Amino acid sequence: MKTFSSLLEKLLFTPSRNRKKSALKEYIANTPDPDRGYALAAITGDFKVKNITASFYHELIKDQVDYELFKMSYDYVGDLAETISLIWPIRSVKNQEELSLHAFINLINENSKSEQKKIIFDLMNKSNANQRWSIIKLTTGGFRIGVSAKLVKLALAEYGNKNIEDIERIWHGLSYPYLNLFEWLENKSFKPKIKFSDMFHPMMLAHPINEEKDFNNLKPRDFVAELKWDGIRIQLVLDNKNKKVYSRTGDEISQSFPDIVDNIYGNAVLDGELLVGRKFEALPFNFLQKRLNRKKPSKKIINEIPAFVKLYDILFENGNDLRDLPLSKRRYILSNWLKLNPSECLDISKIIDFKDWNDLKQIKIENTEKFNQEGLMIKSKNSVYLSGRPRGHWFKWKKNPLFLDTILMYAQRGHGKRSSYYSDFTFGVLNDNAIVPIGKAYFGFTNEELKKLDNWVRKNTINSFGPVREVKKELVLEIAFDSINESKRHKSGLALRFPRIHRIRWDKPTSETDYLKDIKKAFF
Amino acid sequence: MMAVENAIITHGHADHARIGHQNVLATQNTIDIMKIRYGDKCAGSFQSIEYHKPLKINNLNFTFYPAGHILGSAQILIETNNSRLLITGDYKTSPDSSCQSYELVECDQLITEATFGLPVFQHPKPENEIKKILKAFEKNDTKTYIIGAYALGKSQRVIKLLRDAGYDETIYLHGSQLKICNYYISQGINLGNLEPVSYKKSEDFEGKIVIAPPSALKDKWSRRFSDPVICYASGWMSIKQRAKQSLVEIPLIISDHCDWNELITTIKSCKTKSVWVTHGREDALVHWCKTNNINAEPLYMQGREEE
Ligand SMILES: [Zn+2]
Repeated sequence: MKTFSSLLEKLLFTPSRNRKKSALKEYIANTPDPDRGYALAAITGDFKVKNITASFYHELIKDQVDYELFKMSYDYVGDLAETISLIWPIRSVKNQEELSLHAFINLINENSKSEQKKIIFDLMNKSNANQRWSIIKLTTGGFRIGVSAKLVKLALAEYGNKNIEDIERIWHGLSYPYLNLFEWLENKSFKPKIKFSDMFHPMMLAHPINEEKDFNNLKPRDFVAELKWDGIRIQLVLDNKNKKVYSRTGDEISQSFPDIVDNIYGNAVLDGELLVGRKFEALPFNFLQKRLNRKKPSKKIINEIPAFVKLYDILFENGNDLRDLPLSKRRYILSNWLKLNPSECLDISKIIDFKDWNDLKQIKIENTEKFNQEGLMIKSKNSVYLSGRPRGHWFKWKKNPLFLDTILMYAQRGHGKRSSYYSDFTFGVLNDNAIVPIGKAYFGFTNEELKKLDNWVRKNTINSFGPVREVKKELVLEIAFDSINESKRHKSGLALRFPRIHRIRWDKPTSETDYLKDIKKAFF
Repeated sequence: MMAVENAIITHGHADHARIGHQNVLATQNTIDIMKIRYGDKCAGSFQSIEYHKPLKINNLNFTFYPAGHILGSAQILIETNNSRLLITGDYKTSPDSSCQSYELVECDQLITEATFGLPVFQHPKPENEIKKILKAFEKNDTKTYIIGAYALGKSQRVIKLLRDAGYDETIYLHGSQLKICNYYISQGINLGNLEPVSYKKSEDFEGKIVIAPPSALKDKWSRRFSDPVICYASGWMSIKQRAKQSLVEIPLIISDHCDWNELITTIKSCKTKSVWVTHGREDALVHWCKTNNINAEPLYMQGREEE
């Protein structure tokens, strides 16, 4: 546990990505199996300890310190793991044998809750503050140390002197503690054999286009365009036995969409956008939202809001990996595949013809204003299907944002680095003499602005409800967003898509902000 | 804090030693420090007082005792015939070889600071904290290590801790740190070889330790070093997310104030019947006193910054 916790500390405090990567490599090189595999799985979030939640630790700490003092401390520190690790009474316990990471994990997984309490109590007594923090983070999940799964994979690639794309392509078929992976990285064995038909494959993502720079450098004839649908990006993994729907991050969401799973056939891995509506006419995003939050949708809701998929790409067909073929070839295969495997919930996302970038701009304006599209995708005809966000292949050209002047109403503490700041903001708009909430935003501002906002919230609080503070209705936030829909989520009856704080209008009086009735007039 | 006719000053930090008083009573170290920082005329007149030697003012006996906070820092005991009031000022009870050692003073009424008055503050041993830098050094001695430390007290303590841990290379100082370091040296605190940063090339600082006030870590000054490792010596560094937010790569939990355990040990040991808590997290310490059957009230004073 000690080396694991020093690794976490180093990763947390090292600002540079490169130095974080070196720390990971060093840990991989110096830590035996299976500890290193468990550690990496914990960091990437693939491994989670079962059954231990925040309340487990609340109960544990209640017996250790005056609970009033604990509450005052928690309020000050803002993060549970930090508070408990720091407030834990320092006892002089003889430092017995070091417990390895996997031994600890086994111990926790094999025991009942009351036994788990004893084990963690003992271990906390033997540990320093940093180790206690690691124990709590490991068991409750969510380290927030600024290390992505991508960085872990890069460290593995460098450690084993392998190509990152090779690691990406097998990653989701591996399981911790990754013994076969390490054997391959250390040249003791061949690349792990993965059953490609039964796993999620990392998706290829696009960069936002820089209209001035990119359009000067890119030749229109090398590219194709298609609509950027406003749904959620998914992957369909089909073979004769399994049919699975994965989200962009690799979470399986098949259960939520039986209407899709029951109506598709064939043996392929497909990339597309999940939408709702009839006859491939997409409804606004907030309809899809109603389907997303349901683990088991009722027949009624499936009938009311049926789902379908606009297909963008094909990665595998009959077990053959197509990812190294150029996009134009894959699209050809995709349309043939669909002819052989037609389905009432699969449609091709059509390729848009255009002469030059100006022409495409016209197309973008027409499409985004008329229909429910987020903008356009621009893809190189020759692009192979790579994982992640490789440069220069795919671009997204989003529609211009819309703006509203709103009034800050509530603020809530953030997480991780932001846990000591009020960083989640609920804002509202004028409705006669009242203010009604219309949305929530937690990004769009700089660190400096966050400090100022936090300070303003603390000084202007009129009410506290747990972690939420109600503030004086005096600060104007200019909110940028992509679209606006009717919704019951907020009292205003409206919901914004991708709201972010565009500017903090310290200068603007609230009387000059937008009225609900005017917003409704303007957008509906 | 307003300028007054007669001021009794516990120590030289800016939030305790203000300028413009007519008469100042303080230890010689504190007077020297005030003059170095604010000039000879920062008060109308100065009267120095030795530790342990009572001074009678209006039938009250004033005695200064070492507070262990910085050089010359004092707790002040005020006695009448039948009662003893102790004002701790800023203090710490753990050992510090860069200043006079704290002494426990018994009293009937205690006014204590509470900068770190929450049980989450349990400062580790500074000798171990300073080793973090030396260990990082062992691994990579081509980097410049900049330690953020306040110019008065913290800076000298960090240097002394480095020396006590066996580091005997030249330590480089931000311009604002020099005068006080020289003063400490003149008072017999051995800080080893020190040099101002001045206008050298960034390569000249590779593998060196530089000490600078925390404010300099973020401004233009620190850009003269290429890709330095930022360290920060402060009691606040125990809160990870705070350290992280200020982009500190090596947080050094080194404090010149009592931590929670030292505060409550002091309250118990000085045998006081009543405590007034000021300068920090009053509510938690007041709560603790009450649950331990000691009278306690918060005593709100004018705003202050950490130093
Ligand atoms: Zn002080």
